[in-house]
Amino acid sequence: MAATFQVLGAATGLFFSGSFDPQRLHLPSIRSVSERRTGFLVVRSDGHIVSSWNFPARRTQQFITSSIATKANEAASATTSKPGHELLLFEALREGLEEEMERDPCVCVMGEDVGHYGGSYKVTKGLAEKYGDLRVLDTPIAENSFTGMGIGAAMTGLRPVVEGMNMGFLLLAFNQISNNCGMLHYTSGGQFKIPIVIRGPGGVGRQLGAEHSQRLESYFQSIPGIQMVACSTPYNAKGLMKAAIRSENPVILFEHVLLYNLKERIPDEEYVLSLEEAEMVRPGEHVTILTYSRMRYHVMQAAKTLVNKGYDPEVIDIRSLKPFDLYTIGSSVKKTHRVLIVEECMRTGGIGASLTAAITENFHDHLDAPIMCLSSQDVPTPYAGTLENWTVVQPAQIVTAVEQLCQ
Amino acid sequence: MATAFWSVNVIQHPRCERPSIASRKPSSAFLGSTLKLRFNPPSRSNFGFSETLRKSSPISAISDVFEEKKQKSASSSSSLLITKEEGLEVYEDMVLGRCFEDMCAQMYYRGKMFGFVHLYNGQEAVSTGFIKLLKKEDCVVSTYRDHVHALSKGVPAREVMSELFGKTTGCCRGQGGSMHMFSKEHNVLGGFAFIGEGIPVATGAAFTSKYRKEALNEADCDHVTLAFFGDGTCNNGQFYECLNMAALWKLPIVFVVENNLWAIGMSHLRSTSDPEIWKKGPAFGMPGVHVDGMDVLKVREVAKEAIGRARRGEGPTLVECETYRFRGHSLADPDELRDPTEKAHYAARDPITALKKYMIENNLAKEGEFKAIDKKIDEIVEDSVEFADESPQPSRSQLLENVFADPKGFGIGPDGRYRCEDPKFTEGTAHV
Repeated sequence: MAATFQVLGAATGLFFSGSFDPQRLHLPSIRSVSERRTGFLVVRSDGHIVSSWNFPARRTQQFITSSIATKANEAASATTSKPGHELLLFEALREGLEEEMERDPCVCVMGEDVGHYGGSYKVTKGLAEKYGDLRVLDTPIAENSFTGMGIGAAMTGLRPVVEGMNMGFLLLAFNQISNNCGMLHYTSGGQFKIPIVIRGPGGVGRQLGAEHSQRLESYFQSIPGIQMVACSTPYNAKGLMKAAIRSENPVILFEHVLLYNLKERIPDEEYVLSLEEAEMVRPGEHVTILTYSRMRYHVMQAAKTLVNKGYDPEVIDIRSLKPFDLYTIGSSVKKTHRVLIVEECMRTGGIGASLTAAITENFHDHLDAPIMCLSSQDVPTPYAGTLENWTVVQPAQIVTAVEQLCQ
Repeated sequence: MATAFWSVNVIQHPRCERPSIASRKPSSAFLGSTLKLRFNPPSRSNFGFSETLRKSSPISAISDVFEEKKQKSASSSSSLLITKEEGLEVYEDMVLGRCFEDMCAQMYYRGKMFGFVHLYNGQEAVSTGFIKLLKKEDCVVSTYRDHVHALSKGVPAREVMSELFGKTTGCCRGQGGSMHMFSKEHNVLGGFAFIGEGIPVATGAAFTSKYRKEALNEADCDHVTLAFFGDGTCNNGQFYECLNMAALWKLPIVFVVENNLWAIGMSHLRSTSDPEIWKKGPAFGMPGVHVDGMDVLKVREVAKEAIGRARRGEGPTLVECETYRFRGHSLADPDELRDPTEKAHYAARDPITALKKYMIENNLAKEGEFKAIDKKIDEIVEDSVEFADESPQPSRSQLLENVFADPKGFGIGPDGRYRCEDPKFTEGTAHV
C-alpha cells in the first residue's frame, strides 16, 4: 500500500492512511521551517500518532515538520485518503471523545446530564449506554465539587473529561480550577500530573440572557499551569478534543453554543491536532485578522465583502487561547504589518487585550499601524435580540475596521 | 447545648461537662442513618458493636463502650485493645508527630522556616489512630495542618523538614511549603491551603478506586481514601457536596473531622447552628460517629470499622473526632482567645501520656522501652534538621520546571520553536 501522508497546511492538519514510509518523514522544509525541529506529533512506525511529551524534547525522535502557515493550495503529494464523512460539530466532538474512550479505558466523563440525558448539547449522547454509568458519570449539581473530584481522579490515574453544562457554570468551580487544576503539579514538585479536560459551551447565544452568555476565557487566562483552546469547526473540534484528552496538562476546551450544528466533511482516518498551534483560515497580504470561535465566521463573512472591495485579508483562527502561537501570528504580522483582532470576549482584560500586548511586545517593529481590537462591549449581554446584536462584533464593523487600518 | 452562645471570654464548652451530651440521646448510632433506601448496616462488625449500640442509644456510648472495655481489660488480659507491638508503633508515631512539630516551632522562631506554619500538637491521636491502619496504596488528603499526616503516612521526616526549610530535597522540591505536603510514593495527595479544597480531591481519589474496581475490572482494588479536615470546614459547601456524592456512589472514603473547637479565633459554637457534626452524616445516608479524639485506642477502633466499611465497598463514613490543638492556630497566632481552663482540661488528656499510662498499667511495656523510643525519635528529628540545613536551596533552573507536566504548554515562540526548547527556559531565566 502506498505509504503517504499529506501535509495540507494548518487548516487541515495531518492525516495518514495505512502504513507509511519513514523516509517520507524528512520532508524538505515547506517554508524556511528547518529550524523548527520540533513537531507536535510523532508518527510511530506502526502508524499510530503518538505525542512526544518528554522534556526536554528529544531530538533523536522522528518529528513531522509541523503543518503551519502554508498556503492551502500547497497541498503536497496526492493522498490516498478516503473521501471522509460529513457530520455536525457536536457529533465531531462526540466522535473524538468516543475514540479516546475506546482507546484508553481511563478516559471518563463527568458532568451534569452527560449520561442518561446524553448531554445538554448531545455531545455525550449514547456514551453512557455504551460505557456504563461509571465511565459517563451523571453528577449532582455541584460544579465546584465534581470538578475537584475530577482533579482528584486525574491525580490518581484517570483521565476525566469534565463537562460544564454551560461554561458560565464553571465560575462555581473557579476555586478548584485555579487552585488545584492549575497549581497542583507545581506545588507538588512535579509529583502529580492532572491530565483533565474541562469543556463546555460558552459564548453569546440567541437571547439566552446575561448569565448564560458568558465568555470565561478572559477569567481563566491568568491561571498558570493550564492550557486553553477554542474550537470552531467540526474538523478542529474533533482534533482538539482528542489532543486535549491525550495531553498530560490540564486543558480547558471552549466550545460555542451557536456552532454545534455546523456541518463539515472530516477525514475518516484518525487525526489529532496540536493544542498550541493556530490555524490559517485564509492567507492574504494586506492585513492580519486574528480571531477565534464564533467570530471566525463573522470575520469570514466580512472577508467576502472585503475581497469584493479589493482587500486581501489574512485570517488566522488562533485556536490556542493560552498559550498564543506566536510563530504563526508573528509570521503573519511580519508579512502584512497590520493587525486586527476580532473576538467575542469582553473588551477589558479579554483575550484580545492579552494578544495585543503580546504582539506589541514581540513584533512592534513590524507594525505599520496600531493594533486594532474589536471585542464585545463591556455589558452584561441583554436579552433583547437587537441589543444583543449590538454587544457583539458584527461583520460590518469588521469591514470598517479593516478599511480604517489599511488607509 | 450552646449555652454560651453569646459569651466570648469564658466559653463553657459543654464537653467539659460530659452529662450534657449523654442526656441528648441522639437517635442514630454508628450504624447511623434512618434512611432505609440507601443505607445498609454492616452485616458483621467487630466487638459486637452494633449490638451494644442498639441497646444504648447515645452516640457517646461509643466512648462509654471503650471505657468499659478498658476497665475490663485492666482486669483481664485477654481483651486488651492493642498488642505490644502495635502499641509501641502507635506510641512512636505519636511521639514523632509531637517532637517534629515542637522542632518546627523552634526552627520557625530561629528564622529557618517561613510563612504560615500550622502545628498539630495535641491532635496526634487522630492522625496515628487512622493512618497507621492504612496500606501504602491508600490515599490521605489533608489541610494546611498536614505535617503529621504526611509523617504518619510514611513520608520521611527529612523530606518534610527540607520542604519546610524550602530546600530542593523537600518532598515537593521546596515548591509547596508547609501547607502543601505531597508524596506520590506514599499517596499523600496534599496539603491544601484553602479549607474544604481537599475534600473534592479526596472524593476523586476514592472515585478512582471504585473506577479501578468496577470499570477497569481490577477486582482486588480496595484502596481507601481518608479526608482530614476541621470543624470550620464543616460549614463549607464543598463538605456537603462531597458527603452527598460519596454516599450516592458509595465511594471508599472516610471523612475525618478533627473538631478542635476553634477555627483560628472563631469558636465552633459561634459559627455552627448545630455543633454536633457527626449528625450530618446520617442526613446524607452514611453513618456519623463521634469519638474521643484524644484517646488513640478509641480512634483506632472507630477507624478500623470505618476503613473496613470502605474497603468492603459499603460506602463512606463521617467520623467526628473530638480533639484539641495545644498551640495556636498557626505560629503567628498569639492564642489569646481560648480559655486557660479549657486548655488545661485538654492538656490533661494528652494522647501520648494516656497511651503510655494504659500500656504500663496493662503491663504491655516498660518505662525503659518508651524512653528508648523517645530517644530514637529525638535523633530522627535532629537528623532531619541537619539534613534540611545542609540541603541546597533550589537553583534558578527549577523555576519553570513542573509548571506543566508537558512543557509544550508554554507554547510556540516567535522563532517557531517550542518555548521550552529555549535554553533560557532550562536556566529559569526565560520570561513566561
